[in-house]
Amino acid sequence: MSDTPFTPDEMMTIAASRVLTSDDVCFVGIGAPSAACNIARLTHAPDITLIYESGTIGTAPEVLPLSIGDGELCETALTTVGVPEMFRYWLQGGHVTIGFLGAAQLDKFGNINTTIIGDYHNPKTRLPGGGGAPEIASQSQKIYITMKQSLRGMVEKIDFFTSFGHGEGGDHRARMGLTTEGPVLLITDLAVWEPHPETKEFTVTSLHPGVSAEQVQENCGWQVRFAENLRQTPPPTDEELTVLRELKARTKAAHEGTRQS
Amino acid sequence: MAEIMSLPDAVRAYVRDGQMLAFEGFTHLIPHAAAHEVIRQQRRHLTLVRMTPDVIYDQMIGMGCADRLIFSYAGNPGVGLLRRLRDAVENGWPNKLQLVEHSHAAMANAYEAGAANLPMAVLRGYIGAELRAVNDQIKSVRCPFTGEELAAVPALRPDVTVIHALRADRKGNVLIEGILGVQKQAVLAAQHSIITVEELVDDLKAHPNAHPNTVILPHWAVGAVCVVPGGAHPSYAHGYYPRDNASYLEWDKIAADRQGFLDWMEKNVLQASWQDFAGRVAHLRRL
Repeated sequence: MSDTPFTPDEMMTIAASRVLTSDDVCFVGIGAPSAACNIARLTHAPDITLIYESGTIGTAPEVLPLSIGDGELCETALTTVGVPEMFRYWLQGGHVTIGFLGAAQLDKFGNINTTIIGDYHNPKTRLPGGGGAPEIASQSQKIYITMKQSLRGMVEKIDFFTSFGHGEGGDHRARMGLTTEGPVLLITDLAVWEPHPETKEFTVTSLHPGVSAEQVQENCGWQVRFAENLRQTPPPTDEELTVLRELKARTKAAHEGTRQS
Repeated sequence: MAEIMSLPDAVRAYVRDGQMLAFEGFTHLIPHAAAHEVIRQQRRHLTLVRMTPDVIYDQMIGMGCADRLIFSYAGNPGVGLLRRLRDAVENGWPNKLQLVEHSHAAMANAYEAGAANLPMAVLRGYIGAELRAVNDQIKSVRCPFTGEELAAVPALRPDVTVIHALRADRKGNVLIEGILGVQKQAVLAAQHSIITVEELVDDLKAHPNAHPNTVILPHWAVGAVCVVPGGAHPSYAHGYYPRDNASYLEWDKIAADRQGFLDWMEKNVLQASWQDFAGRVAHLRRL
């Protein structure tokens, strides 16, 4: 363990990276999931297969891509396929073990909104939309979600069902004809959450170091449930922090480096 | 049948007001120069189709080219939201924009169905997704063999598909490598195509990196082929120049307000030409 100070954001990325293994075939969402997946690859899960929706399979970028289709992803990939093949054969075909998603709005059953704030036809804020997420959410064997906690982001009722999680909870997925597991982990900047085995409501199972249960509740729009055996997330190791900080520094230099002087 | 011609001539020949146009390129090979030419020729009332309407459609929508958008992800990837698209959707500026919104899987399937000359695409998709409730182009069909209910969307058949490719030979055979996106499907699904390329070469197969499985669109399957070096900028061309990520980061500020956007478009699009793109990638070729 390390005595080096770290930020909640770093703790989130590192905690999210720890849940991935070398056996996983992971469909990577852009942003926070992308950082976590690459930290896993650069530390304890060197053989993980990372897939981005641009069709790059088994990619190993030196720097984090700004988009899901930076050239770096293709140049370091085992292979690159077209987008129809990506979604039809590899995702719908059932080869993806983990779909790793971010969320603009999330509810306690792991349903995700990245489409709209307000009414669809008269929106307050038009967000980018689903992209690959609706089918990633239904066709990956399991879903991990990572996002920063806020009252705006974690809400009792999402404005739009972009990607179906556990719906109304319980066996709602099965009733929809879904045979995949859906959201099984939520990693925030404050805690690790897992769905209750029966109700499927996200329950805090581990608090990050220095975080109180009150803080988790203050930054969440629904009444939070905590597990009886509440654990503490192990703090980042020196190796994890070093790898993350070096990756972020390389990424920043690369993205700004294309600017015309 | 391929015809090698200038980009302004190609747009004049093929693009009409009110058409359905697809500009494809999945982060890689986005046909920015061709979009700018359509903006300069002031085409209006277009239905724009694109899986990821990023900066290229933010510009076309902000300049008033589009009435309708068929899409699956409208963001500046890794940067944020599209501010001109938002202004059109939220405030109707410069005009109202009708949205026909899908998921990536459905769009990719719909292009493939178009290329395969089928009327619709079938996928195991949209389960529990609310897009079904707001897009009447998403229907259900029952499999006649298993009884399973599946999602169906109509095939995409653009009037014109516009793409940027790496190179073409003098007959107009076109080569694409790297991240392939849906360009092959989008070209084959369309009535006509306009393809800008980085360079013309004598023999595509003589290139040092030529590979037997390279994606080639034969000259008899494409329309206009236009040489526009740098024509994807700020997107990129595999082996020619990298993605100009700094420009994507800067776009967020340029598009933040209407006047700043209009000023930028006046200087960099309306008062510019397709020949300016080569200069915009000169500093990137060294990276």
